[in-house]
Amino acid sequence: MPGVEGFMYPNEVSLYWSVLIVLYPYITGLVAGAFILASLVRVFRVEAVGPTYRLALLTALAFLIVAPMPLQLHLGHPERSFEMYLTPHRTSAMAMFGFVYLWYLMAVLTVEIWLDYRGDIVMMSQTTRGWRRLLYRVLTLGSANVSERALHIDERVGWFITLIGVPSAILLHGYVGFIFGSIKANPWWSSPLMPVVFIFSAMVSGIAAVLLLYMAMMRLRREPIDMRCVDTIAQYMLYIFIIDFSLEMLDLIHRIYEADESFRSLDFMVHTKLWSSQVVLQICIGTLVPIVLVGLVQVTRLSSAVRKRIYAISGSLTLIGVLAMRWNVVIGGQLFSKSFLGYTTYKMGLATREGLLVSIALIILPLFILAALVKLLPPWPQKRQEAAAASAPAH
Amino acid sequence: MSIFRDAGHLFRLAGVYLAGTLLFLVVRAVVVPHSFGQYGHYRGAAIAEIAAKPLHFAGHQTCEACHSDVARTKASGMHAHVNCEACHGPLAKHAADPSIDPGKPDVATLCVRCHAASAARPKDFPQVDADQHADGVPCNTCHQPHSPAIGPASAASGGAK
Amino acid sequence: MNITRRHLLILLPAAAVAWESVLAGTPEEAPNYKKTDHWWGMLIDIPKCIGCGNCVRACQAENDVPDGFFRTWVERYHVEDWNLANPEVISPDGGKEGFPSVAEDSNGKYFFVPKLCNHCADSPCTQVCPVGATFISPDGVVLVDQTYCMGCAYCVQACPYGCRYIHPQKRVADKCTLCYHRITKGLTTACCEACPTGARQLADLKNPKDPIHAFLKTHTVQVLKPQMATGAKVFYNALDGSVR
Repeated sequence: MPGVEGFMYPNEVSLYWSVLIVLYPYITGLVAGAFILASLVRVFRVEAVGPTYRLALLTALAFLIVAPMPLQLHLGHPERSFEMYLTPHRTSAMAMFGFVYLWYLMAVLTVEIWLDYRGDIVMMSQTTRGWRRLLYRVLTLGSANVSERALHIDERVGWFITLIGVPSAILLHGYVGFIFGSIKANPWWSSPLMPVVFIFSAMVSGIAAVLLLYMAMMRLRREPIDMRCVDTIAQYMLYIFIIDFSLEMLDLIHRIYEADESFRSLDFMVHTKLWSSQVVLQICIGTLVPIVLVGLVQVTRLSSAVRKRIYAISGSLTLIGVLAMRWNVVIGGQLFSKSFLGYTTYKMGLATREGLLVSIALIILPLFILAALVKLLPPWPQKRQEAAAASAPAH
Repeated sequence: MSIFRDAGHLFRLAGVYLAGTLLFLVVRAVVVPHSFGQYGHYRGAAIAEIAAKPLHFAGHQTCEACHSDVARTKASGMHAHVNCEACHGPLAKHAADPSIDPGKPDVATLCVRCHAASAARPKDFPQVDADQHADGVPCNTCHQPHSPAIGPASAASGGAK
Repeated sequence: MNITRRHLLILLPAAAVAWESVLAGTPEEAPNYKKTDHWWGMLIDIPKCIGCGNCVRACQAENDVPDGFFRTWVERYHVEDWNLANPEVISPDGGKEGFPSVAEDSNGKYFFVPKLCNHCADSPCTQVCPVGATFISPDGVVLVDQTYCMGCAYCVQACPYGCRYIHPQKRVADKCTLCYHRITKGLTTACCEACPTGARQLADLKNPKDPIHAFLKTHTVQVLKPQMATGAKVFYNALDGSVR
């Protein structure tokens, strides 16, 4: 059998979860991470990261819209996916996704963005023309009430929504980890640490994404980067990354020390098929290098130009490292036989439905959605000040 | 009352969500298959549909209903517990319409499938090295497949066709 | 001759199944079959298996199993002396065309292990199905509703035994049905029907007269991967510790 070493159960030779299922936890993780960053401002009162608050929310929304797409594309019968809402199976972690996703999209993210932008929406529904005016008018839900009292209510309710949003974001991604961590048949996945590791790596990737997006957008807009803001974001990224890495190492050490029936098989896999993606890419390049780089910034005095470069490099490496982590979990978990006697190979298609081109398109798509959202709901302070000047009783 | 007026947009939002939920419940009531939940969390009618799949193997009881002569021969021989379709293959179509020719099994590949000598096989199972044993002569020259032992028992029950 | 045979067929109890409807596949179950009276499983007698592949071929003929996938397959184990942890296992094309002959190994042993869905009573595959498209029937058979399955493959990942696959044409989960369309009509499964040595025996665990109960009294049996606690109902006689 080509690509097979040793013995696989005959049905195990081809992989059932493709690169699309790698993207799904990756994209969902970016959502959760970006939202946690936004909540730093609102709930934890970390004012330094204020300039990224709205951008983080819009980033979360853009990626959340794309999150179910890889799942849909991977399904044998996407037209039946609505059954998850019609007849959800209570014992299935996957069935709960539908509801957690919907809760997060409709009850948390959309409402928080709507409340935060309501003043702007009402203002824009009066100042714009054509289809945009129509769109904003629909978004006002027919209420132009932007009195001080109304906006104060929005502020309080928004704070409360964010408060609910933090556990929701953790739930959204923790459950993704549970989908894998609860599969007792697969020793590579089956671990109570899986949801926790997923949450922390999600936060790291989401924060890195917003950090990069913020710096890139400032550059595009030819505006100065708020260094206090990016320094603080990078600091949070570092701390959470250290927790994430510790948990992943704990999991690894635990596996090595316990050395249960699956150990020899998994150990061999990490040393061969997963060596470059796990040890080199995920652990060394994608984790240790960014931790050391951002760590260096904390203990030395570097110019802001150098710091910006460091943040750009470590942010990018972090995103690559977390993507590699998702790859190693999802694909790695299917490369070895559940008989622990052999290994198979994953062959990624190029232009197939579950191939490389579709994957690249799915990673880029959220950026386009984000660009559209930024156009519709500008997150920049200048616009907000203009808005404040235009509509008299703003915040 | 001004609190209600200033929170009016929130009630509108709640209204939109409530309408969405109601719409979902209506769609759900219409779309979910009627037999869903009949026995458990699945479509009860699926069981009958699966049970109605067509047969390919008729089962030896059916074969023996017509071929009682062969059944008698077989019952006293070494192949008594080998069912008809183990060698003849799936013949439900023939059972439904005996005019369909079931064809004859190819002894050259059939016998060795079970009886070719291999150390992997149970020691007490009869095995032969086909090349040495028969020197290319077809198995059924000497052995009657329905009662393969060579000797009076086999000869008395009809012999090879 | 043909006519008398046909008449005979109509008169016989096996024919009470009503061939026409059986073959046409009308959505009716056999008249006297009561789901709650049965609890299906299987007995596999390893010392009787000769590795002929009859069961694999029969299953594929009966159930239109796609090429390269298996509802049942046969593995050949080669275990050297006490080295239970490192068996050499092969299953060329699922054992469909049998196995290459081997010479005696003075230092070890060979044996065959037929595999199929274990129809677990606590099945991890049905647990994870998000929509209720796979389930345990009231008579203990793990089935897939292929008109409802959306093909997410979560159940494939959850099966510890590798018994499930995604049907490449139908794009839904597919697996052994324990020949549900046969056992509900008083017939045995295709694999058991085709097994020449009786190494596979369909077993109704709820029927006190089923021969499996007498067999279990006097034999040492085991299920596959008992540590998975799946409530597997395919029992193996004389299962070697090296089998996984």
